[in-house]
Amino acid sequence: MMRNFRVTPSIAVVVVLVVLVTLAALRYDGFLGTYNVQSVLRYISMFALVALGMCFVIMTGGIDLSVGTVAAMSSVVSAILSPYGLVPGVAGGLAVGFLAGTLNGVLITKLKILPFIATLATMLAASGTGLLLAKNQSVSVSYDTYFTNLGQGDLFSFLRPEWVDAEGVGIFGSILGFFLSFPTPAWIAIVAYIIGGVVINHTSFGRHILAIGGGTEASRLMGLPVDRTIFSVYVISGTLAGLAGVILASQFGAGQPIEGVGWELFAIASVVVGGTLLSGGKGSVVGTMAGALLLGVIFTILNFENGMGWISLSAYWQSVVRGLFLLVVVILQSRLASRAPAQAAH
Amino acid sequence: MTDASSVLRRYGVLIALVLLILLNFAITPHFATMQTLSVNLTQVCTIVIVGVGMTLVIATGGIDLSVGALMAIAGAMSPMFFTGQLIPVPNIYVGIALGIIFPIIITSIFGLFNGWLINRFSIQPIIATLVLFIAGRGIAQVSTNGDLQVFKVPEFQAIAIGRVLGVPFQVWIMVVVVAVAAFVLKRTVFGRQLLAVGGNEAAARLSGISVKRVKLIVYAVSGFCSAIAGLIVIAMNSAADANLIGLGMELDAIAAVAVGGTLLSGGRATIIGTLLGALIIQLVRYTLLANGVPDAAALVVKAGLIILAVWLQRQERA
Amino acid sequence: MTDIQPLLAMRAIDKSFGSVSALVSADLVVMPAEVMALVGQNGAGKSTMIKVLNGAFQYDGGTIAFDGKPWVAGSPQQAQRAGVSTIFQEINLIGYRSVAENIYLGREIKKFAGLLDWTRMNQGARTLLARFNIDVEVTLPLENFSTAVQQMVAIARAVSFDAKLVIMDEPTSSLDEAEVAVLLKTIRQLKADGVAVIFVTHKLDELYEVCDRVTIMRDGRTVSVANIADISKLQLVASMLGRDLADVRARGATAFSNGDHDIGGELLEAKSLAVGRRVSDASFDIRKGEIVGLAGLLGSGRTETARAVFAADPMSKGQVRFEGKDRDFKTPAQAIAAGMGYCSEDRKTQGIIPDMSVADNLTLALMPALTRAGMIDETRQREIVLRFIKDIGIKCSGPNQKIRELSGGNQQKVLLARWLCMNPKLLILDEPTRGIDVGAKGEIQSLIRRFASEGLGVLMISSELEEIVEGADRVFVLRDGRMDAEMDKAAISEQAVMQAMAHGAA
Repeated sequence: MMRNFRVTPSIAVVVVLVVLVTLAALRYDGFLGTYNVQSVLRYISMFALVALGMCFVIMTGGIDLSVGTVAAMSSVVSAILSPYGLVPGVAGGLAVGFLAGTLNGVLITKLKILPFIATLATMLAASGTGLLLAKNQSVSVSYDTYFTNLGQGDLFSFLRPEWVDAEGVGIFGSILGFFLSFPTPAWIAIVAYIIGGVVINHTSFGRHILAIGGGTEASRLMGLPVDRTIFSVYVISGTLAGLAGVILASQFGAGQPIEGVGWELFAIASVVVGGTLLSGGKGSVVGTMAGALLLGVIFTILNFENGMGWISLSAYWQSVVRGLFLLVVVILQSRLASRAPAQAAH
Repeated sequence: MTDASSVLRRYGVLIALVLLILLNFAITPHFATMQTLSVNLTQVCTIVIVGVGMTLVIATGGIDLSVGALMAIAGAMSPMFFTGQLIPVPNIYVGIALGIIFPIIITSIFGLFNGWLINRFSIQPIIATLVLFIAGRGIAQVSTNGDLQVFKVPEFQAIAIGRVLGVPFQVWIMVVVVAVAAFVLKRTVFGRQLLAVGGNEAAARLSGISVKRVKLIVYAVSGFCSAIAGLIVIAMNSAADANLIGLGMELDAIAAVAVGGTLLSGGRATIIGTLLGALIIQLVRYTLLANGVPDAAALVVKAGLIILAVWLQRQERA
Repeated sequence: MTDIQPLLAMRAIDKSFGSVSALVSADLVVMPAEVMALVGQNGAGKSTMIKVLNGAFQYDGGTIAFDGKPWVAGSPQQAQRAGVSTIFQEINLIGYRSVAENIYLGREIKKFAGLLDWTRMNQGARTLLARFNIDVEVTLPLENFSTAVQQMVAIARAVSFDAKLVIMDEPTSSLDEAEVAVLLKTIRQLKADGVAVIFVTHKLDELYEVCDRVTIMRDGRTVSVANIADISKLQLVASMLGRDLADVRARGATAFSNGDHDIGGELLEAKSLAVGRRVSDASFDIRKGEIVGLAGLLGSGRTETARAVFAADPMSKGQVRFEGKDRDFKTPAQAIAAGMGYCSEDRKTQGIIPDMSVADNLTLALMPALTRAGMIDETRQREIVLRFIKDIGIKCSGPNQKIRELSGGNQQKVLLARWLCMNPKLLILDEPTRGIDVGAKGEIQSLIRRFASEGLGVLMISSELEEIVEGADRVFVLRDGRMDAEMDKAAISEQAVMQAMAHGAA
């Protein structure tokens, strides 16, 4: 079906990502090496999870500013629970995120408070609660349980044969080695994105999310469960933020009550760069992942570039570049929106 | 009955503040001192100044997320001028003048840029200002290489910690900003036009108001206010740290505006309300702290205050 | 027809909103597989009738039977499931989603584990659309297609709920000629398939082309039901407007006095205006001190023409001469500076600033002239406002009362005063007395006359025939986006205006 193939903004961002990574791999030694890939993915995975939840919320035309501090609060709770084992630690963190998302859902669908303000309040409340629970300091996790494996381990590295590191293993061996070296958080994010993609593209719930973002009133008239769907996306977003918090605690060995500042905006930027309309109704889970990776990879590229010694750019350029990226994307989006194509029937 | 409710509606925020003060007289030790007043006012100064700009932006139906980042730009840039790092200055006073004027001009231009994005591309304000929220702090960090700039220039620091009639100078700045903005909003054509744009953009346009010009100006004013707040912050700390100046300020400012009773959808605004809103948030925090409740709990209370204020607004409209 | 059970029988329906009666013992009867036209002016009760039927409104009295059984619908969704689908004027579909999705939203076809069966949905959508001879790629977003195709998808969605009755509320208002043809073909197809249609439209040609019978409503009542073959266009329009052809009433029902007054030289000349899809060719002129009426059925392009003259919307073609100079206004501000004013038909969304005071609303356009160094000269403002409050009789507690607390008539007076205080040369009034009680209506009409006699040129759009006939010195009639009739004072009569609205130039 070639006539169905269109270059959507999401496809464009995937292409940009692939090109950028390819160029970087050619230019810098070790860019795709195990060490770099692991450290980059380990960190970006948390943002990617938060961005996935944000993507769901934005597709309905809403926004969730609370994800950063909810992740921080959840990292504290899961650190506190970590001595009781991996399961209580994870479950506790997820439960905290779930509750925060439920609070957002109630404020928005029951009290009819604008998502922007409702989640702003939850953002403050989660930050305060996290600090209270942590008594204003980071909370060490227990190393006696398997809890830290979640963030610090590499799920399939035990499968990774020695020979993939040898000279001349060929392209196939290299790729196998590359994937098997992924850190556990990356696998969690990959699974979450696959589920997210299936939900959006292959379930009624997912289609209702997009329909509501495309026209809330029309969706109501079509008999779609509007409030229930909106409620659910905030719960999903909160729970994914909780999951990111669990990984945060596990990865850094401590619950971090003051982490998470600005995560929400990084997530929003990832979603928008990934081709999802901020006004809702149109978007892509894959694009969001590419957006998150793209914004994350810019930082790494700056590091490598500095390492080459030709130029010296401080790490602070990354936010300038991210901002410019966002600027270009929103301008392009507004351009696309302003010329709506019309095509006559045959 | 209707009288009571209309009084409550009009003076609700003020009444809440007075009750809060009375409560403190009753339960907080050493509340009625100059020291307490001074501490609370200096804590709230920058929030009010930025909140004033935010109030004007929200009155037109917009929002400005970039205020904290613009504070960082102004704060990081200023010392470069008065320490003579950027261009040689004949004496410290010229340096200080440049160090005040240039940052203000530059952040106002950034504000204009926000307005231009919103006008030219019809981008929602929340996203248009998100661009500078992300890039702005980066610009500040890049220009200082992220280093802490410590300085010892008492003449400059007077902006924040000098006292006139026993009151810190920054409080006077705040009073002037509030007074001017309240005056503009109440007494000038521009004030009415701004409220008209927020109240009914289509009607405002049909009445010959240049909606785009109004929007450009309010975002520039918001940038201007951010610059002043940024300068006060570095003067207070006798150091500029691009990583920290104004961090989270956008949320504090929006919270003050919401609690103060300005309609978040635009069309109705009160500058005095924003001042009172910021004072209430600060005083609640102070009350809790002074009575042994940890600071973090104050955040939760603040969240509750915002929801309560917005919910009350909704009830009143319904 | 008597031995056939009607499909729908709405009898003696009453409905009021507060103290206002929207429907008074109204009837609507539709036979199976019949295309019934439902016509009436604004406020005649058509929409209320439809909303009562599809469950959006509860009704106060009367009975509804559908398919021989008592009809109960609590919401448009329930009505749809029970066989009555409504297609609204503004298409209530989701533009970003695919054609197939728009047909299946809310009742998606699933395979295992709750996953969607895209293959079957796309196939189903194709089959359904093929019934209407529509061949589009169903996997593309709906927004890629023309309004006509979108309408057709809405109809297909409605029919796929096994609708026995489809209600179409002005479906053709934003379609071009070719698209209308496709839509009418679809309606015939529905009829052939045994589906009944209620067709709400203001375009008489379409109505005569496709409908079997017509139900005419006025002031919340059903005033006439006729076979379309038995009623002429002129009779139909007369019935809609409440005029008896044999006995066109004498003048004097409105507050426009008959007093002749001096009409000056050329003020505005508009040549061959074209605006968007609604207006293709409109030319007219206005002289100083003259009230020019702009008549036409709803959807004929009256408002669009007025807005283009005021530069509220861009015109795609045409020239405007104002006071002897060719003008190309880009913004309302420029038109205002040249001496124009415009009162929109929609007070709420285009006129008042609800949270502002009477004084600020009244002087909104004048304000820049009321200043000293940017400050509002409040003494002068108050003076002007008080003068107008007294002069044109605005009932309010004072200049500081919020405008949203005023009655519709008083809000309208404030909006009129907004322009009158500017001493404009031309005032464009779009439905100046709509939704206003009788007393205030008369006051506003005499105001318009008074200011015209002082030299103000007025372009007045009105759906009320009396207002046009008695108020205007000259009348232009728009029909389907074309201005094809002009009448001077001597030629204006209700008969002539109706004739032009129904058929075009005499």
